[in-house]
Amino acid sequence: MANGLDLVWPNEGVTRVPYQLYTRADVYAEERERIFMGAVWNYLCLEAEIAAPGDWRATFVGDVPVVVARDMDGSLNAFENRCAHRGALICHKPCGNSARVSCVYHGWTYDLKGNLTAVTFQRGINGQGGMPADFKLADHKRRALRVSSYAGMVFGTFSVEAPSLETYLGPEICGRIERVMKKPIKILGYNSQILPSNWKLYAENVKDPYHASLLHAFFTTFRLNRLSAEGGIIIDDSGANHVSYSKAATDRVSAEYDKADLRVKREGFHLADPSIIQGRDEFGDGITLQILAVFPCFIVQQIQNSLCVRQLVPRGLTETELLWTYFGFQDDDEELLNLRIKQSNLVGPGGYISMEDGAVGGFVQRATPGSGRDNEVIEMGGREWKSQQTRATESPLRGFWKTYREHMQL
Amino acid sequence: MDEIAVQFEVERLLARYVACIDQDRLEDWPGFFTETCRYQIISSENHEAKHPIGVFFADSRAMLADRVAALRQANVYEAQRYRHLVSSTLVLSHADGIVVAQSNYQVIRIMHDGATMMFSTGRYLDRIDLKGPAPLFAEKLVVFDSRRIDTLLAIPL
Repeated sequence: MANGLDLVWPNEGVTRVPYQLYTRADVYAEERERIFMGAVWNYLCLEAEIAAPGDWRATFVGDVPVVVARDMDGSLNAFENRCAHRGALICHKPCGNSARVSCVYHGWTYDLKGNLTAVTFQRGINGQGGMPADFKLADHKRRALRVSSYAGMVFGTFSVEAPSLETYLGPEICGRIERVMKKPIKILGYNSQILPSNWKLYAENVKDPYHASLLHAFFTTFRLNRLSAEGGIIIDDSGANHVSYSKAATDRVSAEYDKADLRVKREGFHLADPSIIQGRDEFGDGITLQILAVFPCFIVQQIQNSLCVRQLVPRGLTETELLWTYFGFQDDDEELLNLRIKQSNLVGPGGYISMEDGAVGGFVQRATPGSGRDNEVIEMGGREWKSQQTRATESPLRGFWKTYREHMQL
Repeated sequence: MDEIAVQFEVERLLARYVACIDQDRLEDWPGFFTETCRYQIISSENHEAKHPIGVFFADSRAMLADRVAALRQANVYEAQRYRHLVSSTLVLSHADGIVVAQSNYQVIRIMHDGATMMFSTGRYLDRIDLKGPAPLFAEKLVVFDSRRIDTLLAIPL
């Protein structure tokens, strides 16, 4: 076993996923090293959140605390949020603006590139105490990440081997990011949701177009997103990243939906106030839903006029924080802003089409006892992980596991 | 209406409002609001930063009715109920039949299996219309203290 884990992947490959991956602390620890601190690009923040020189935010790469900052010279930097001295968080507040940041414990101070610039009482007091004469500030720079920004979104990697961010995303994913991030944005709000499951169960959920119109009955009932609407899946060459999209206006009567005895197919359900689903085709291509996921933990969402980025932060083996950042554009007119506010009811911790995702990973997690060496079965849409002109597929999910296996050497 | 009577009306409205939710009479919940009301659940973080988006927003009684219809007919969530505790109701102003008041609330969530947690604490920032036959919320802002929501928020606060 190349990775040192006592875990053998099933012979069937990416159509089978061992439940042990959600329950083993040694797997969780390996993921930190091999995935989050490995050759991936992790979402850190939006450029709009660190727009001014001196702006910084405390965030996470996996569960590793990092600081992302715009330096006084305008450049973007990120470094470990752990003091060189005794390992306390350097920035314990969520964000701020300052040319330097100091650890509250003993006051060790860093610039926004993570260089240690001052040690309190380095020369002692009244000639007594202090650090040894050969102590060098330069030896204690915080481990820095490579930072790169694409279309206003800031990513970081601890790896020197990771390809450039654009190469990592792939041209088709880049195009789909640019489609949404087409103008200067404005932050409209935040939410945090605590998911009672391993991080991968939410990452999988996003990579699974098959569930969308089955679990989320609200969407299907109003024909906002049925698998019978025109749409498809784009997966980048690496399998790591994907886009799922659909055009609600193209939905047509589907014999499969009418035949299937679906919980989601209810009679006589209509909205008393339909203003929530009266969107505007602001991107001019009729696409009413675009979910884009970047391995491992980043999602960009356009659902009608609700725009959002989501970041997954593992909080231990069986708990994950999902951070929602809602945005619009700086030149939004009042009507469009009101649409975004109303349509935010669709998403987030209490969203009509997203609340179930907060619970369903927990249903899997709670069912793991006794699963032993059992595996998930992921064969909808075949056994490959290619782009497809249907969303009745689990192709992106197989792409996720293909990528996961490469990083984990499993 | 004198000060004591206003305080009484506001507290009684709040008591009825939380009893309606806690007793799962959600179909009656929109009836506590004016037809063109404003209701929003938003974190104090967003509220203080003047961010317009929270967890749920409605600007009509019909949107509230839609929320209940969705919870009853479309959304999937594990059986759960709330216990609201409301206190420290403070009438901030009273003019032309409109009362502005704030109250503290605490919501304990009880899951079907008995798991009980402090689900939400915060403030109700209310604008109450006393002009009609019964007092109604013209605006109800539920400003929750924590930025985190456990698992999901289905039932209104």
